[in-house]
Amino acid sequence: MSEQERRTEPYEIPEEMKSQVAVTTLDKIYNWGRSNSVWPMMFGLACCAIEMIATAASRYDFSRFGMEVMRPSPRQADVMIVSGTVTKKMIPTIVRLYNQMPEPKYVIAMGACACGGGPFKEGYTVVSGVDRFIPVDVYIVGCPPTPQSLLNGLITLQKKMEQESIATSRWYSKAPSQPIPIPVLGPDLMDPRKFDLIRQQSAAKKAAQTADGEVENE
Amino acid sequence: MSDLQTQTLVPQLDTIFPDWVRPDDRAGYQGYIVETEHLLAVAKALRDTYGYDLLSSVTGVDYLPEGKLEVVYHVFRTTGGPIFVYKVQVPRDNPVVPSLVPLYPGAELQEREAYDLLGIRFEGHPDLRRILTWEGFAGHPLRKDWHEPYFEEEAKPYKSRWPEGQVRRAEDLNPFADNVDYPAGFDPESLVPDADDTLYKTLFRVQQAQHPEIKTDAIVVNLGPQHPSTHGVFRMVALLEGEKILDLKPVMGYLHRNHEKIAERNTFLQNMPFTDRLDYIASMSNNFAYALAVEKLMGVQPPERAEYIRVIMAELTRIVSHFIAVGFLLNDLGAFFTPSLYGIKERELIVDIFEMVSGSRMMCNYFRFGGLARDMSPEAVQKTKELVNDRLPRKIDEFDRYLTENEIVRQRCEGVGVLTPEDAIALSATGPVLRASGVPYDVRRAEPYSIYDRFEFDVAYGLHGDIYDRYLVRMEEMRQSVRILKQALRDLPEGPIMTGKPAYQVRVPAGESYGRVEGPKGELGFYLVSNGKPNPWRYHVRAPTFINLTSLAPMSRGGKVADVVAILGSIDIVLGEVDR
Ligand code: SF4
Repeated sequence: MSEQERRTEPYEIPEEMKSQVAVTTLDKIYNWGRSNSVWPMMFGLACCAIEMIATAASRYDFSRFGMEVMRPSPRQADVMIVSGTVTKKMIPTIVRLYNQMPEPKYVIAMGACACGGGPFKEGYTVVSGVDRFIPVDVYIVGCPPTPQSLLNGLITLQKKMEQESIATSRWYSKAPSQPIPIPVLGPDLMDPRKFDLIRQQSAAKKAAQTADGEVENE
Repeated sequence: MSDLQTQTLVPQLDTIFPDWVRPDDRAGYQGYIVETEHLLAVAKALRDTYGYDLLSSVTGVDYLPEGKLEVVYHVFRTTGGPIFVYKVQVPRDNPVVPSLVPLYPGAELQEREAYDLLGIRFEGHPDLRRILTWEGFAGHPLRKDWHEPYFEEEAKPYKSRWPEGQVRRAEDLNPFADNVDYPAGFDPESLVPDADDTLYKTLFRVQQAQHPEIKTDAIVVNLGPQHPSTHGVFRMVALLEGEKILDLKPVMGYLHRNHEKIAERNTFLQNMPFTDRLDYIASMSNNFAYALAVEKLMGVQPPERAEYIRVIMAELTRIVSHFIAVGFLLNDLGAFFTPSLYGIKERELIVDIFEMVSGSRMMCNYFRFGGLARDMSPEAVQKTKELVNDRLPRKIDEFDRYLTENEIVRQRCEGVGVLTPEDAIALSATGPVLRASGVPYDVRRAEPYSIYDRFEFDVAYGLHGDIYDRYLVRMEEMRQSVRILKQALRDLPEGPIMTGKPAYQVRVPAGESYGRVEGPKGELGFYLVSNGKPNPWRYHVRAPTFINLTSLAPMSRGGKVADVVAILGSIDIVLGEVDR
């Protein structure tokens, strides 16, 4: 028995009321409601999206777990299922979509690509995992993950939600949550948080090149 | 020569144009090499006199050791027959080639791709911009001396992966510990990102050129890359006047996963699973085309049983793909998800068969050079027979009953997005898009590969070239696929499924080859150049939906915004293949 459940015991419910009244904690009922109506964002990136659609379809049917309403707009979504390869051209949009989702928001990285780059990791326009830019709650492995494992991932997310508490949740804290800076497409993808490093390394590269050039000239 | 002969025999270009053309006599190569200055004249003669009316593929090859870039053109006749190849060669440091867009508008996107990835400049191209990468990207990635940030070695298998028995991640070798690299002395703060300015400018330029006198308030509307109608991460930028589309630019590359660069580092067999991820709804037919291309180079022939199983898998794939295409077209018309649920239900059953034979639902990786990875078990055959003989025909009829005469479907689809046969050919459309316009061209008939010459089937085609006909062609093709499946399952022989021993490393002689199949979405081709090493020197995918997208703008101009969504749905794109 958990700490919370033990605390409800002192409340004696009269016998005749037992079928009508239940005593629980605020956290519990809040999380129960939330975790059984997780609306995913309708947002497919690559091959994994097809398995995500299959999970939504009749055989696997994730509406059994309260996820039937797929929303194309980030404003109405609770969870973003990053289903596929994240490319450098797409990541600014993904970050923007994430910033537009209202709290509480969650991210599931579905498939090898979203988790860490996947089979195309070595490619020149592939981001090595969506977690380089946005925080991920649940990782699902596979290429593509079967519908069963996507369901497992969604249930894991529900379990995670059930652990949360209103008192400590970041979306009820006083300070507004900070948006994630949108990456910029230059000669390569640039994370605004890393401008200093980029400048440093490029200067070092230039210094190395001029040094090389001088050696050759001699 | 009589007209009929010029239109049907393969022309000897080197005797017709002795000063401009010479045969490509490198060992293992076919076709002709044309002088760059005379390319347009030769191409025009081939099109107008010799009947090569459809430009199938344009791509470039970087021959670094010889200091040359080569542009390879594949053309064919829509009346049937084999493909014809010609090339031009230009120096690497100044690669300028006349654009073929004035002759074949279908070259537009392909030439942009060759410019983007190889840096070949096409003179006379109306809109030569980057296409798969973005404006401002540093370098041309498919050049052999261009290295990606995670570069380790020129070719796999890499030795660097296991130094002293330890795994080393690619990140550990990069100064940013990430998949990025910048030019020397680059300062991020001084950069002004392009932010689509070039794109919008081109749109307005077109507008200004067409109607210089009118000063209307045309507005630009973006659909995508995150939009429920775009079937993935595709983007359309439309120039609108009220609700009317003045012009439209497809924007792609949001799923550019560098398939070709990775494939040129991989060994031949390592590429097989990557082909699955091109058109991920129809992985088996991608396997098929790639296997054909490599087998052509190797000169092996799969055994009978393998041929039959290949055809069975390819046709099942076609059914899956068309079910999904039709279902999602209805999604775009507003029948939110119900029809696609019917389609996905049948897909599940077919995918079960794929899982039984290959071990995976989607990414089958099932074909091998000279055969198949595994045999098809008797249970799998039994299950396929039940499905094909009983359930699928019923379900296709059910679809037909629900949709074909539906008032809304007819109103939204009939006469919308019309593509005339002349335009369809000029724009290099293939597959259902071409056939719906009244050109009954099907590679299975025009140049039968594998054992397709043994089966009885009809080529489905339409007459109006509108969305409705594209829908009807897909429905009819499903029926024909069932017909082929019935024959193949009836005749399926016993025997081995592999010629020779299965091997991880195959010996591929030097040369070039082009393997093509009639994929569910159009002609899927693989252009390979081998130099005798374990890795392909050039690996190019002629992706049908990418090239079919060239016709999106001409079909949409003058229509309404809402129709664009349906037109896109009727082309049936898959982004894995469009962007590669
Ligand atoms: S993990 Fe595999 S299936 Fe999923 S998007 Fe990446 S390549 Fe495709």
